Amino acid sequence: MRYLVLLEATQPEGPPPAELMAGIMQLGEEATKAGALLDTAGLAPSAAGVKVEVVGGALSVTDGPFAEAKEMISYALYEVRSKEEAVEWTQRFIRLHHDLWEGWEGEARVLKVFGPEDFGG
Amino acid sequence: MAAADPHPIASTDADAARRAVEAVWRIESAKLIAGLARIVQDVGLAEELAQDALVIALEQWPTQGVPPNPAGWLMSTAKHRAVDVLRRHTRYAAKLAEIGRDLTSRPAEDDLAATLDPHIEDDLLRLIFTTCHPVLTTEARVALTLRLLGGLSTAEIARALLVSEPTVGQRIARAKRTLTTRRVPFELPPPSELDGRRASVLEVIYLIFNEGYSATAGGDWMRPSLCAEGLRLGRILAGLMPDQPEVHGLVALMEIQASRVRARTGGAGEPVLLLDQDRRGWDRLLIRRGLAALERAQALGGAFGPYTLQAAIAACHARATTPDETDWAEIAAIYEVLARVSPSPIVDLNRAVAVGMAHGPARGLAMVEPLNGERALDGYPQLPAVRGDLLAKLGRVDEARHEFERAAAMTRNEAERTIFLRRAASLRP
Repeated sequence: MRYLVLLEATQPEGPPPAELMAGIMQLGEEATKAGALLDTAGLAPSAAGVKVEVVGGALSVTDGPFAEAKEMISYALYEVRSKEEAVEWTQRFIRLHHDLWEGWEGEARVLKVFGPEDFGG
Repeated sequence: MAAADPHPIASTDADAARRAVEAVWRIESAKLIAGLARIVQDVGLAEELAQDALVIALEQWPTQGVPPNPAGWLMSTAKHRAVDVLRRHTRYAAKLAEIGRDLTSRPAEDDLAATLDPHIEDDLLRLIFTTCHPVLTTEARVALTLRLLGGLSTAEIARALLVSEPTVGQRIARAKRTLTTRRVPFELPPPSELDGRRASVLEVIYLIFNEGYSATAGGDWMRPSLCAEGLRLGRILAGLMPDQPEVHGLVALMEIQASRVRARTGGAGEPVLLLDQDRRGWDRLLIRRGLAALERAQALGGAFGPYTLQAAIAACHARATTPDETDWAEIAAIYEVLARVSPSPIVDLNRAVAVGMAHGPARGLAMVEPLNGERALDGYPQLPAVRGDLLAKLGRVDEARHEFERAAAMTRNEAERTIFLRRAASLRP
């Protein structure tokens, strides 16, 4: 079964510590080699993005940045055998941030992607 | 490692804690067993030690919280057990020496300290070569690989393979015994044996995948968990042997086949054949990954092996957005190479299908006819089904109907039987 993990955070000023980036790379490699991580990438700040929405019955297109407290930081797509496995990988990822970037605050949403197991058969 | 305080798990529910332990186990068990097997030089004992660590975790974590580095915790707990066992063994060996018996050599305890992590990839490779060792029967290789590399329980393996739990338990116990009595070393194969041994590993992984992809008996068309398991093992192997084209070829083949899982069953659970599938249901991510793996296999060069060739055929289908766009001439050409690299009547039969699509049913049928006497295809329902399809296209309706009825009588898959009978019924005059 597949899980999409979306990371949102408020990050301290300045670039992320090199140690954290190295840790993320290493964890990513480990998860890939374990056959669990299918796809992942970082997201540019919302200033580079656009919001397309329907408001008051009208379609509107607004350039970023968006006035949200947290920025979307990255996504990861996992193929695992249980929800707990996805949670375990995510905890390792979040723990790296907690341990290696003072003042970092954020949350990861672990969302199940519909798959064949959800449709019987 | 920062703060050593255990992080409390989200739910205080003991059941949730147990599932969290199991998740860590699933992720770590193969590495754990592989690292331990190098120390104790016995796969069965290594698994027991790893299981001991799991039992301790199941006792402690639900009440004390999951340790900050669960993988490291499991490893060091198991390592301590290994040291205990070796110590006992050393005392035992010393006693044996006193009474003048032979000693089997075991690595010294001193070597243990710095052993586990740095070699973990080699250890995993040793483990997979051991569980797929030719001294074991194919069934034993499959069960042992699912158990030791997949981290599946005996009950899960039994359910997936449609056999009883005691049967799987015996299979695994016997396999471990065989490895011990035949003194199979926990080592990478010597270069002279490497090709054959690697082929055995690929075969076991593809068997696991196929076991899930199309069950040959029973009413359940798919057991997708084994599919995912085979794919996962293939991806792990590709990370361990990145310079082996056939490993990437096998991964490519499985990724592309798995991309069709959703489309290959209809609403009532009935199978939908490749050319009838709604291609919008194909998993684009898996196709992309499959095509990328195929490119890696091809870029590594050398003569293409059977998995890479089959992946190339699967890729032809994956690239076609509609059945009409399928490059059948290319598929027929790849089958011709495949028939030389890995000759089999089943490849010949598939080649006949491709030739029939590319160059007309008469040419296809001409290639099917010599296969009628093939003993390997005796009772193989696809032979009459293919023949029936080609005959139908040539307007030889009565013969075609007869072939589909034969196919229906042969298949052990209920869903497939329905398809054949429907085809036969549509050919009634």
